[in-house]
Order: sequence, then C-alpha cells, then structure tokens
Amino acid sequence: MKKRTCSPDRRGYFGAYGGRFVPETLVPALQQLQREFTRARGDPRFRAELRAMLRDYAGRPTPLTFAPRLTEAFGGARVYLKREDLAFTGAHKINNCLGQGLLAKRMGKRRVIAETGAGQHGVATATVAARLGLQCRVYMGEEDTRRQALNVFRMELLGATVVPVTSGSRTLKDAIDEAMRDWVTNVRNTHFVLGTVAGPHPYPLMVREFQRVIGRETRRQVLNSEGRLPDCLIACVGGGSNAIGLFYDFLGDPAVRMYGVEAGGLGVRSGRHAARFSGGRPGVFQGSMSYVIQDSDGQIRTTHSISAGLDYAGVGPEHSCLYESGRVRYDSVTDREALEGFLLLSSLEGISPALETAHAIAYAARIVPRMKKNQIVVINISGRGDKDVEIVRSALRRRTGAR
Amino acid sequence: MKNRIDERFARLAREGRKGFIAYLTAGDPSPAATAPLVDAIEAAGADIVELGVPFSDPLADGVVNQRSAERALRRGVNLATVLEIVRRIRTRSEIPIVLFTYLNPVVAYGFERFAAHAQRAGVDGVLALDLPLEEAGRYRRILDARGIRSIALIAPTTPPERVRRIARHARGFIYYVSRTGVTGEQRQIAFDLARHVRTIRQVTTLPIAVGFGISTPAHVKEASRIADAVVVGSAIVKEIERCRRPAALPAILGRRVRQLSAPLRSR
Ligand SMILES: Cc1ncc(COP(=O)(O)O)c(C=O)c1O
Repeated sequence: MKKRTCSPDRRGYFGAYGGRFVPETLVPALQQLQREFTRARGDPRFRAELRAMLRDYAGRPTPLTFAPRLTEAFGGARVYLKREDLAFTGAHKINNCLGQGLLAKRMGKRRVIAETGAGQHGVATATVAARLGLQCRVYMGEEDTRRQALNVFRMELLGATVVPVTSGSRTLKDAIDEAMRDWVTNVRNTHFVLGTVAGPHPYPLMVREFQRVIGRETRRQVLNSEGRLPDCLIACVGGGSNAIGLFYDFLGDPAVRMYGVEAGGLGVRSGRHAARFSGGRPGVFQGSMSYVIQDSDGQIRTTHSISAGLDYAGVGPEHSCLYESGRVRYDSVTDREALEGFLLLSSLEGISPALETAHAIAYAARIVPRMKKNQIVVINISGRGDKDVEIVRSALRRRTGAR
Repeated sequence: MKNRIDERFARLAREGRKGFIAYLTAGDPSPAATAPLVDAIEAAGADIVELGVPFSDPLADGVVNQRSAERALRRGVNLATVLEIVRRIRTRSEIPIVLFTYLNPVVAYGFERFAAHAQRAGVDGVLALDLPLEEAGRYRRILDARGIRSIALIAPTTPPERVRRIARHARGFIYYVSRTGVTGEQRQIAFDLARHVRTIRQVTTLPIAVGFGISTPAHVKEASRIADAVVVGSAIVKEIERCRRPAALPAILGRRVRQLSAPLRSR
C-alpha cells in the first residue's frame, strides 16, 4: 500500500523531496529554528498563547459556509466554503505569521523579514510585527509592487519597510532570493518569515503545522453540520500552504479526495504558466528539492499567472511527494477560467475571492457538476478579493474590448 | 589521483608563499573571452582560478556577481559551455580550476555525467554554494571517484563542533567565508577572522582559503597573514562590468590581479 502521508524525516525529506540546500551561513540558523519550533510545539504555554492570538486577534475559527446558490448552479455535490477570507488581514497567511512571529520572539530575534507576491503575506507579516513590536522589512518584486500597489501602502502604514526587488524577473521568486540574501547577512538578529510550505527544512514542516488549523476546524465543522466527512477538498496551490493546511488532517481518510489547483496562466502549452506538475520537473530551488519550472539547463524559468500569489516557479516538497504518491491530484486552470471563477462566486454568493482562490472555484466548476447530489465538497477560500479588484477590472475591460 | 589543487598548495607551502585565487563568471562578457582572461590573470600571479557557473537565482551572491551571471546567461552560457571553456583553458594552462556553482544546473546536467565530463575537461575542484554537509555526501562520493575535490564552505556562524565535522569530510582546501553575508565588496574585513581561522586550523591539516568581500590589497595582506590563500571575486568581476572595450579586458584584469596580489609577493 502506498503511504498516504509524507511527514518529513529528520533531514526534512518528504519521500525524495525537501532537504536543506542553503549556503553554510544559514545552516546553524535553520537548525536553531528547527530546535525552537520542536520545543515550542511541545510547550503548553506557547500553544496556549498561539491559540489565544488566533482566536482573539485573528478571529478564528473561521466559518464553514454552505453555498446554496453555487451548489444549485453546479448541480452536483453540496458546496461548502472554508472562509479564510474572513481571517484577520483577509487571508490564511495570518495563521503562519502569528506562529512564526511568536517563535521569532521566543528566539530573541528583534527583526523579521518576509517575501511577498500578492502582498497578502507581506501584510500579514507586517501586522504581526506591529503587534509583537518587531522590526519588519518586506521584499516584493518590482513587478508585483505595481500589480499590488494598495498592499504596498498597507504594509507601510503598518510600519514595515517595503523593498522593491529589481533583480531577475522582478516577481515572487526574486523577492525570496533577496530575502535570503538579507537573511544570510543579518541572520544573527533576524528571523525570515517564509510565507509558504517551500524553502529549506524546517519551513515546509513548520508552516504546514501552523496552517493545519484550517483542516482541523473544517473537519469539526463539517462533522457538525453534515455528520460525516467531505468527499472532496479543493484548494489553490502557490507554494502550497493553504492547500496543505486544509488537506493534512484528512490525508489519513482514503475516501476524501483532494485536488490542488495550480495557475495555468495562458495555458500550459503556451509556456506562460505556473503549473509545476505538468510543466516542471524535480530540481533544487530556493532551499529544497521539489518540482520546479526550469529550462533544460536547470535555469529557473519565468512563470506567468494573473494572480501574483500563484506566480511561482517552485512548489512545496510535500506536494511533490503527494503528487507522486497519487494521494492528491494536481491540475491547473487558466487566467481566463480563474476570472470566471471570481465572477461566479461574487455573483452567486456575494463573496469576491482573491484571484488565487478563484482558481479553486474555477476548478470546482469543472468537477463538482459531475459529482452526486448527496456528496460534499469543501473549497478553501484562501483569501478575499479586495486586492484584486483593479486587476479584475482591467482584465474585464480587455476582454470586452477584444470582442 | 593527482590533482592540480593539491599540487599547487604543496608548492606554495614549499616556497613559503600564500596563494591568490581569482574568481570569474565563466562566459562573462562572452564565452570566447574567458580563456584569454584566465591567461591574463595567471600571468599576473593568480595561483588558482574559480569559474562561476551562471545561475538564474544566485541567492548567495551580491549584485556584482548577480549581474555578471545575468550577462553570461544572456550569452547562452550553460554548464556545457563552461566545460568547453575549461577545455580551452587546458590547451594552454595547468592552472588549478575550481567550478563555483549552485546545485541545480549540475543536477539538470546529471551529476554523474557532469563529474565524468568535468574530469575529462580538466576541472580540479567543485564548490557548490547551496550544498551543505548534510546534503553533500552522495555528490562528494561521485566527485571523489573522478579525482575532483569537493570544496567545503565554513561560515562565521558555523559552531565549533560543526567546523570539526565539515573539516573531516573536506577535500582539497577549506573555503572560509570571511563574513556573514553574500559575495561582494566591503570596506573592512571582519575583526574576528583570525580567531575563526585558528579554530579551523585546530581540526584540519588542509589549506584554508579566505573569501567573500576581500576587495583591496590591504584586505589581501591582512587575510593572508592567517590563511593559506585569499579569494578575490567581485573586485575583479566589477572590472568586467565596467569595461566598454572587450579587447582591453585581459590587460585590465591582469593589472588588477597584479595589484591585488602584490602583498603576497613582497614580504
Ligand atoms: C489568498 C491567497 N491564496 C493563496 C496563495 C498561495 O499561497 P499558498 O499556496 O502558500 O497558499 C496566496 C499567496 O500569496 C494568497 O494570497
């Protein structure tokens, strides 16, 4: 029997994927982080403090909302929405930032840095830094600072310094490179709050543990309202943190099928996408071995997506493991489909999702109509769409113009 | 197996000299330019050359080396090109060559295939920046089988017990990263350099090279007091970036290397 979960071994490997491929300068810091995280996880005081912050500050638990009109429109399974868009700062990112922020304090680090694509993780990090009295610097690709100008201003209002990154392709991957360079230089007083389940060990494990709250709550909530487990879970996959957060506590239940949705951009065949599993292959990138979009020489390729948060060449190693074991199915939807997903959820349920999340909605539109009416599906609404309204507006204008 | 790095350090020790290691990105400003540049820096007194394999995401490098890699990539340089450059250098020089690389281009090429081709081309050592001790084992064994030295890095943040373990598995020489940070020029070298190098000396008989941020003759002089060799990168690469006339570049780099390595000759 295939192993259902891929919990990492001592060296941070999920099957063949993961590990710790970083310059020597960072290894001791990663070892310290691993030790402190393990200790904190077993420390009732740390857990109580995090639980209290998640409840009183971030507003957890987030609701599990039944979506009657979406259910009717699909004409298949009953659709529930896990409302991470209602978590403080508007996305699941806050779960991880609170955990890592408390950990940074515990390690006596007074300064935090973060990378951000869409700006959601940057905003969440800046928020937590303000709340915990930590200095904060956020690296963001110059291209993304333009796409997400409002979030840049939000971070600055929160007291963070936002650094536009002008190297490479000027997007999320380059922001991570630059954050790593900062960390290599300031590792003694700085903690790097990585925003997803990628990077060197222990990040994929640690971020997963901080995001597992999504799946734990969902399990309880769906059992409460339906008296049974869902048949199917759907989440978008950038680095993969909202997806693994929802999936993890169901991995041991073989009847629960899971779908991870990547950014198909202009279509996988166009070469302009961020679909790592259909358009990439294993490689070593930004600290771990995992699927990555690269050319035949091993150079990391520029990706494309309408959503900055999914526009990333790499993916968390645990997802690579789950992909190869077949436990989770990965597929992609295009920019255009994602836009339809955004409009669909907005018009039918009054919820405008982040464009990242819109990919999960679009995929649901593809598979839920084929499901039975007595089945249950949960879609992770990883974030709210306010940040994307401008992008949606210009995309719609272009679309009407093109007609 | 005989190895040019070992031989060079043995000779330096016999002659009571300290070594000068020059870094260049292979293929910057063009694939054809590198071999003549290596000729020039060798003639100017370089003992070992480190050739950088350009990578799209050089997260341990400062801006000077990042831009250098970008220029090389724009010229279509890949690992095969780099090995071709090494072959060209070997038609006229026996200078020890270390490839300075990130892991992914080598993984994409196929590590065993790379080791075989590198040996045939005349590569003497490989330093993979993102390959720490815990991950290095199986790659080191492949290089060992080809007589290529797998060079290990030690950083200012490396605790003593870990220094010992890294030293035990080290080959060729130990590369001590002289500062907590990325490659690039700096004004001063770290005040605690001597102490760190002494710690490494206590646990190894291998030569110790010091690099990262060494960018003036004064730095070279200071670092060479305690190390067996000094590595200069960005200060050389910057000349390539600055130069508008590629034909003049060998002379310019030669002059720069002569100036930087001068403290190692006059004692
Ligand atoms: C709302 C939202 N969903 C999803 C993602 C993708 O990240 P991950 O795959 O780690 O959940 C992001 C990242 O910025 C995001 O902001």
